[in-house]
Amino acid sequence: MTENAYPGDHGSPAPYPGRAMTQTPPQTPPQSTSARPLRVLAAMSGGVDSAVAAARAVEAGHDVTGVHLALSANPQSFRTGARGCCTIEDSRDARRAADVIGIPFYVWDLAERFREDVVDDFVAEYEAGRTPNPCLRCNEKIKFAALLDKALALGFDAVCTGHYATVVLNEDGSRELHRASDMAKDQSYVLGVLDERQLAHAMFPLGDTLTTKDEIRAEAERRGLAVAKKPDSHDICFIADGDTQGFLASRLGAAEGDIVDEAGTKVGTHQGAYGFTIGQRKGLRIGHPAADGKPRYVLDISPVNNTVTVGPAEALDVTALTAIRPRWCGAAPEGPGRYTAQLRAHGGETPVSAAMEDGELTVTFDEPVRGVAPGQAIVLYDGTRVVGSATIATTTRRAAPAATA
Amino acid sequence: MAYLDHAATTPMLPEAIEAMTAQLAVTGNASSLHAAGRRARRTVEEARETLAGALGARPSEVVLTSGGTEADNLAVKGLYWSRLAADPRRTRVLASPVEHHAVLDAVDWLATHEGATVEYLPVDPYGRVHPEALREAIARDPGSVALATVMWANNEIGTIMPVRELADVAAEFDVPLHADAVQAFGQVPVDFAASGLAAMTVSGHKIGGPYGIGALLLGREHTPVPVLHGGGQERHVRSGTLDVPAVAAFAVAGRLAAEGREEFAAGVGALRDELVAAVRAAVPDVILGGDPVDRLPANAHFTFPGCEGDSLLLLLDAAGIECSTGSACTAGIAQPSHVLLATGADPDLARGTLRFSLGHTSTKEDVAAVAEAIGPAVERARSAGLS
Repeated sequence: MTENAYPGDHGSPAPYPGRAMTQTPPQTPPQSTSARPLRVLAAMSGGVDSAVAAARAVEAGHDVTGVHLALSANPQSFRTGARGCCTIEDSRDARRAADVIGIPFYVWDLAERFREDVVDDFVAEYEAGRTPNPCLRCNEKIKFAALLDKALALGFDAVCTGHYATVVLNEDGSRELHRASDMAKDQSYVLGVLDERQLAHAMFPLGDTLTTKDEIRAEAERRGLAVAKKPDSHDICFIADGDTQGFLASRLGAAEGDIVDEAGTKVGTHQGAYGFTIGQRKGLRIGHPAADGKPRYVLDISPVNNTVTVGPAEALDVTALTAIRPRWCGAAPEGPGRYTAQLRAHGGETPVSAAMEDGELTVTFDEPVRGVAPGQAIVLYDGTRVVGSATIATTTRRAAPAATA
Repeated sequence: MAYLDHAATTPMLPEAIEAMTAQLAVTGNASSLHAAGRRARRTVEEARETLAGALGARPSEVVLTSGGTEADNLAVKGLYWSRLAADPRRTRVLASPVEHHAVLDAVDWLATHEGATVEYLPVDPYGRVHPEALREAIARDPGSVALATVMWANNEIGTIMPVRELADVAAEFDVPLHADAVQAFGQVPVDFAASGLAAMTVSGHKIGGPYGIGALLLGREHTPVPVLHGGGQERHVRSGTLDVPAVAAFAVAGRLAAEGREEFAAGVGALRDELVAAVRAAVPDVILGGDPVDRLPANAHFTFPGCEGDSLLLLLDAAGIECSTGSACTAGIAQPSHVLLATGADPDLARGTLRFSLGHTSTKEDVAAVAEAIGPAVERARSAGLS
C-alpha cells in the first residue's frame, strides 16, 4: 500500500479551546460526578500500554479487574514478530502484569464474537472490493460493545484501555472524544466509531500522556512490569504472519482476473481482485512498464468482473467522497460544516467540507487526497474533537468519476 | 476470605510443616551408602511404611513420585507399554470419560503416538461407571485390553465410583485396573489391598501435605515401563533422588488423613450439606452436580442455568469467595466441562458450573459468606448471559 501524505501530516496539535474539564481518571469518573472509586475492567492485551493504563487506573484509586480477550479459537503458543495480542504468551504476559499491579485477572473468550463481527466482516469487505479497518470494527463491536456490555452487566462502571485519546466531560454532562495530548501517539481515529454512551463508560488513562513511548516503557519498568521491553504490535492481529493476501486467498480462494489500464487494455493478470487495495503499487507484477515509464497504482477494484484497474499516481487524486454508517460522538452535526478529516490510522489531517444528505455523509476535500478506498473509515474532527466517523462508500476522482463500492 | 477450593489444594497441616522443615535442615541422599544417606533412607522408608499403613498397602507397593500427574502417567503409559510388550494384541485402553486430564491426556497421547485404541466407558448422569459397562467393554475382546483406568472419585462433581466392583470385573479377565484416588484419599475409606486395584494414584498437597510429592500404589506383580529413566530408585520404575523432606511430610499428612478421615468426613459433610441447602435456597433452579448421596463429603458442585461460570467466579472473587468452575481451562479460557458433557449435560449448562470444595480449615462463616453472595452473583451473571 502506498503511503500518501496529507497537508498537515503529523503537525502539532491545535491548542485546546475552552473545554470544561479534561477527563483523567482520578478527578472525573465517567459515570457520575461523585468521587467514588469506580469498578473498572481493564482490557489487557499483554502489551505495555494497556498494562500501564491498568496500573494508572489502580493508582487513581479505582477498583480494577484485568481481563484479557481471547480472540482466536486456536491461539498460537508464542508471538511471532510484532503482530497481534492473541497468543497464549500474550495472555500470560497480561496475567503477569495484572499480578504485579495486584489486580484480579481473567481471560474472556470472545473468539466467536470476534470471528463473526470482525474477521468475517473483514473477509466479506475485501470480497466486495472494499478495504476495511478491522481495528475500528473491533473497538466498535468487541471492546466497547461485547466487552463493555458484559462488564456493565457484571457491575463494572467502565472499560479501561491503553488507547491514546482523551474523553472530555462537559459541564452539561455530555462527553466529547478528543485527540491525545500528544498528536504523535494519538489513536482517536480508531475510536472514532464510539458513540456517547460508549464514551461514557470508556477510560483512557494514557490519553493525557505527553511523554514519549520510551517514557511509557520507563514507567512500566519503574512499576516492575516485565512487558516494558515488549515490542509494539502492528498490523492486523488475526493475520499472524502479516500476509493479508495469503490470508484472503485461503478464505476466498484464487480466481485469475485481468489487470487493465485506464483505457481498458489488459496489462497483466492477478489471482483475485480482493487481494488489492486502492493506491497499492507493489505486488502488481506487471511485466512491462507503462508508456510513460512511471509507476502504476491500483485505481479501482471490481469484484463483479474480477478486474483490477491500474494507472498513474495522479489518477488516484480524490476530490470528494460519500460515506455510510455514520456514528457520531455526541449530537450529529447539522448542515454543512468545516472539519478536518483523517482517513487512516497513522495518517494526517486534511481540511474538508462535510454535510449529511439523506443519511449519507458527503465530504469535499480542499485539496485532492490519494489512497482513499471504499471501506476505509473517515473520521471528522473539529479541532481536537472527534465529531464522528463513517465508512467510505464512493469516491470522486479529479479527472473522471471512478470507484464505486 | 472464604477459601472453598480445597480440591485444588488445601493448606498444609501444621504437623506436616513441622516434619518437612525439620528435614530441610538434614543432609542426605537416600541412595547414598554413608551415614547421612542411611539417615535419609531411614526417614524415607519409615515414611513409606506410614503411607502404606494409611492406604492399606505393603511398603513395597508405594512408589513415590512428584505428584498425582506423574503417578497417573506412570500407571497409564507404563502399564500400557509393559502389557503390550508381553502381548502385542493388547492395544485397547479402557478409560472413563470423566477422568482428570492427567489420565485423559495420557491415554489420548497413547492413542495418537503409541497406536493405542482408547475406548471410553459409558457413565450414568452422575458420571459413574457401572461394573457391567466395564464387563461389556472388556468382554468384547478380553485379550486385547492393555489396561483400564477409572478414577476413585470425580474431582469436579464428586461422584464416587464402585471401585471394588470394577476391580472384581477387571480381575476376572486379568486386566489391570488403575484408579486415580487423589480426591478420594482422606474423604472416603481407601484401602489398596481391599480394593483389588493394580495401581492407584495419591497426591500430597490435596491432603494437607506438600506440593510436588505423590505416590503410585503399585501391586507387586506389576512392573510398568518407566516414564523417567535414571538411577533406578523406586523399584526401578521411577528414577530420581527422593525429596526426603516432602516424603516425610507427605507421610505425616497421609497418616493424619487416614486416622481422622471418619471425623473429618462427618464434619465437612455436614458443612457441605449446609452450603448446598443455602445455595438451593438462594437459587431455586440450581442443579446439584454428581450423585446426591454417594459423593465426596467435601464436594459441592452446581450448575447455574444461564450463567457463565467465569462470570460467577469473578463476582464471587470480588466478594471474597474463592472457588472454581471445576473444569479445566486452556490458557485461562473457560471450556465447557468435559465431565458434564460426558454425563450428557447440555453444552450451555456445562459452561455455568461452580465447584465449592471444603477442607480442614472450612468454617460456618465460609458457608454463610456463600449463602449471602451467591444469589446476587447469579442474578448479575445471568444478566451478563453467555457471551
